[in-house]
Amino acid sequence: MLELNYDTVIIGAGPAGIAAAIKANELGLKAVLVENRDLLGGIPLQCVHPGFGLHYFKEDLTGTEFIYRFFDKMEKLGVEHLLKSHVHSIEPVAHNEKVVNVITPQGVMRLKTKTLIYTAGARERHVFEINIVGDRPAGIYTAGEAQTLMDIYGIIPGKEIVIIGSGDVGLIMARRFALEGAKVKAVIELMHYPGGLMRNIVQCLQDYDIPLYLGHVATKVVGKKRVEKVVVAKVDEKLKPIEGTELEIPCDTIVLAAGLVPNLDMLEKIGLVIDPYTRGPVVNEFLETNIPGVFVAGNALVINDLVDYVVEQGELAAEGARYFIENDGIPTTDWKPVIRGRNIRFIVPHYVSGKRDVILYARVRQPEKNVVVAIPEVGWKMKQFNVRPAEMIRVKLTKRLLERAASVEKISMEVIPGE
Amino acid sequence: MPLKIAIVGAGIVGSSIARVLSMYEDFDVTLVEKEPDVGWGSSKANTAIIHPGHEEEPDVHPLRARLCREGNALWRQWARELNIPVKWPGELMVFFNEEEEKSARKYIELAKLNKIPGVRAVYRDELLQMDPSVNPSALGAIYAPTAGTISSFEAVIAVVENAVENGVKLLTEAEVRGVKVVDKKVRGVETARGFVEADVVINAAGLYSDKISHMAGVDSGFVVRPRRGEYFLFDENVKVKPEKLLHTTPTPITKGVYAITTVHGNLMIGPTAEDLPIDAKDETSTSEKGLEYVWKESERLLKELPPRAKIIRTFAGLRPEPPGGHWRIEAYDDPWGFVNVAGIRSPGFTSAPAIAQYVLNLIKDKYDVSLVRKKHWNPHRSDIVRVKDRSLQEVDELIRKNPDYGEIICYCKTVSKAEVIEAIERMKKAGVKTITIDGIKFRTRAGLGMCQGSFCRWRMALLISQYAGVPLHKVVVKKDLYGIGEVKALLKPTSQGG
Repeated sequence: MLELNYDTVIIGAGPAGIAAAIKANELGLKAVLVENRDLLGGIPLQCVHPGFGLHYFKEDLTGTEFIYRFFDKMEKLGVEHLLKSHVHSIEPVAHNEKVVNVITPQGVMRLKTKTLIYTAGARERHVFEINIVGDRPAGIYTAGEAQTLMDIYGIIPGKEIVIIGSGDVGLIMARRFALEGAKVKAVIELMHYPGGLMRNIVQCLQDYDIPLYLGHVATKVVGKKRVEKVVVAKVDEKLKPIEGTELEIPCDTIVLAAGLVPNLDMLEKIGLVIDPYTRGPVVNEFLETNIPGVFVAGNALVINDLVDYVVEQGELAAEGARYFIENDGIPTTDWKPVIRGRNIRFIVPHYVSGKRDVILYARVRQPEKNVVVAIPEVGWKMKQFNVRPAEMIRVKLTKRLLERAASVEKISMEVIPGE
Repeated sequence: MPLKIAIVGAGIVGSSIARVLSMYEDFDVTLVEKEPDVGWGSSKANTAIIHPGHEEEPDVHPLRARLCREGNALWRQWARELNIPVKWPGELMVFFNEEEEKSARKYIELAKLNKIPGVRAVYRDELLQMDPSVNPSALGAIYAPTAGTISSFEAVIAVVENAVENGVKLLTEAEVRGVKVVDKKVRGVETARGFVEADVVINAAGLYSDKISHMAGVDSGFVVRPRRGEYFLFDENVKVKPEKLLHTTPTPITKGVYAITTVHGNLMIGPTAEDLPIDAKDETSTSEKGLEYVWKESERLLKELPPRAKIIRTFAGLRPEPPGGHWRIEAYDDPWGFVNVAGIRSPGFTSAPAIAQYVLNLIKDKYDVSLVRKKHWNPHRSDIVRVKDRSLQEVDELIRKNPDYGEIICYCKTVSKAEVIEAIERMKKAGVKTITIDGIKFRTRAGLGMCQGSFCRWRMALLISQYAGVPLHKVVVKKDLYGIGEVKALLKPTSQGG
């Protein structure tokens, strides 16, 4: 088995991993990017729709265009990478030493590294996670699987589509099917409000006359060989189906866009601590987890709305890795926990030092109008006409602002009704 | 001239009969199956228990009692010869009150009558040490040390591969449409893939064995009812892992709800037992009511259940239920050559190797066969070489010989491209007509992990497309196609307006 030494090993070559690899190279780290698939780029490769890069490049790009800009940069820097390479296991040898065992078509490699940046993305929730009973015939796809088939391999799964979940992924897939001439019969959303960005509700559903069923749940799949129909019911305030409200929607295809779950099995095996609200790891402001020297970025950290944030996190993790190496570990710090206040579902990172700039990512629990988002400990406030769980709140706190909270032990974010 | 035999149904019973018959020069065996693959009926979706035999009443079901005990012993040998994943942790029938205890203790008596070794009662302190995952409110349990659990779908595949290796022909997608009888003698079966000539037709069609029997004009009053069982399967990565095969005290229709750690390390709980209408023989849908029942019973049985987020699959299977629970194993005079191995309900899986021996003797006596052993009968079947079961050093060596072992297709279960290709080759060799994604899944375990195939289904489809020579959208998932056509060609109206 081949043994190699690195400053950092980056697992997963989607936008977070690529951004981390580029940044690590720029910072002079010896880095390698390890990718499972036979090509770099991750999910944006199959995203032929626009909406990428508005923040990072100040341009509206497709996923493919967005990620290609990074490929050019990678090439110039000569970023080392491995394709068709599956991380078999991670051995946490010491705080500053990990061994990443990788299965590749060239043989098994043991990558000895001081730090690890984990950017393996998320997996999709599948049909058995959404409490739907009935048959299990052909014709049930996750949104990502359907997108891979359509936009990488040019295969259309079916003609009459029902989409479960109105997050951005579901909305974009609804439009994608409609554009190819398939009939999208319904988008089903459990909550009483849509799960995706407003622009996508308009551009993906309304523009194509696709009905959105809010406050509905798919309860049963019917079909022996192929999906024949899906049974849908209204839900009450507790999100339980109301008897007698069932309706049947005939279709040949069900596309599940019922949310993403950070893909962390590999790290959970070595003791990763998970935040139940993000289902991602608990991290400090360098995106370092409870396992010293292990950093997580992108959708493996928290499910993001925008690829721009994913890239930002990848770069931050690389900076964290350098800081870790320079100091033989992140120096001991009186970390201040970041607390979820009123109507806040989660905030990442979970710990800040107050000694440097930090970006907080948060989501609200429920939609609310005319509110103020506040971090009282630093006196920061932002008036918002509208907050929705679908739209991530991103706040950059400068070191100067944070110094105002030097004497407090924690900081918190809350949403308070405005006047 | 060897006796031409057609076995209807490639479930565990039909396959086991095929394997046993393949040992002799006297038979020319064709195994006929309506599905695209073997073992897709009751044999696939069950609790996967090899029962000890202490739950069978010898005066009511003497054959069940005897063949269950013999089958339990034979599976130890068969699993070794055929490399089928199996383990023998023993089972605990847990009771929670005196009434349940009373009904559970009855099985000690049955164990004595059926000569099942080692069955005894254990009480709370010992019980909780034997298996700390049992609910501590249990009073005790009946312990039966000879119980095992097997990978049921892999077992059927292994038995068929070995039977084919020894000369059996497999015909899939060959639903039987008629049994041809001339002058009160069977001549063969009409199938969806043509006529199969046979001197002896063995009906091992499970849920459909009543229909096949009626086609031969035998036992027109005999009906097999579907009894549905629903299950939950959890991810490997959960804390609750029963060491023994746990179950609640049986009721008149079921063996109770089980909680087991499968041979692949997943917690599985179930089943329900729900009698369905006679014609509901494909009603393998799950129901909210059924699944809730399993959940509640398992909460009673176990100290704790994992969170629902760790459920990776729910499924339902149908078990065949003959009148009075009686198996119908019989060789008929009219029509001569027709043999029923019908209505094989639980403990059918356990008993299958012993049923096969029993049927062999039935055929030998009925048709006066001499039984000449084949000189080169091969009892062994090797398993697919699996990256997941090897050390990294061994994987490295495998890759040096074949780089496809270094390309991982299924991340959750660490299944390589080489394994998928081997599965495709094995299916072709066994005589499977259509290579399905489900066929690959059951052979390689790709897609059986936490993501349930959302990362690897299309990779398997690509390999099937490549190695079985079909366009990607025409790859079959289980019984229907993966896609309907090419994005750019299919649904767009033509520029001329049609």
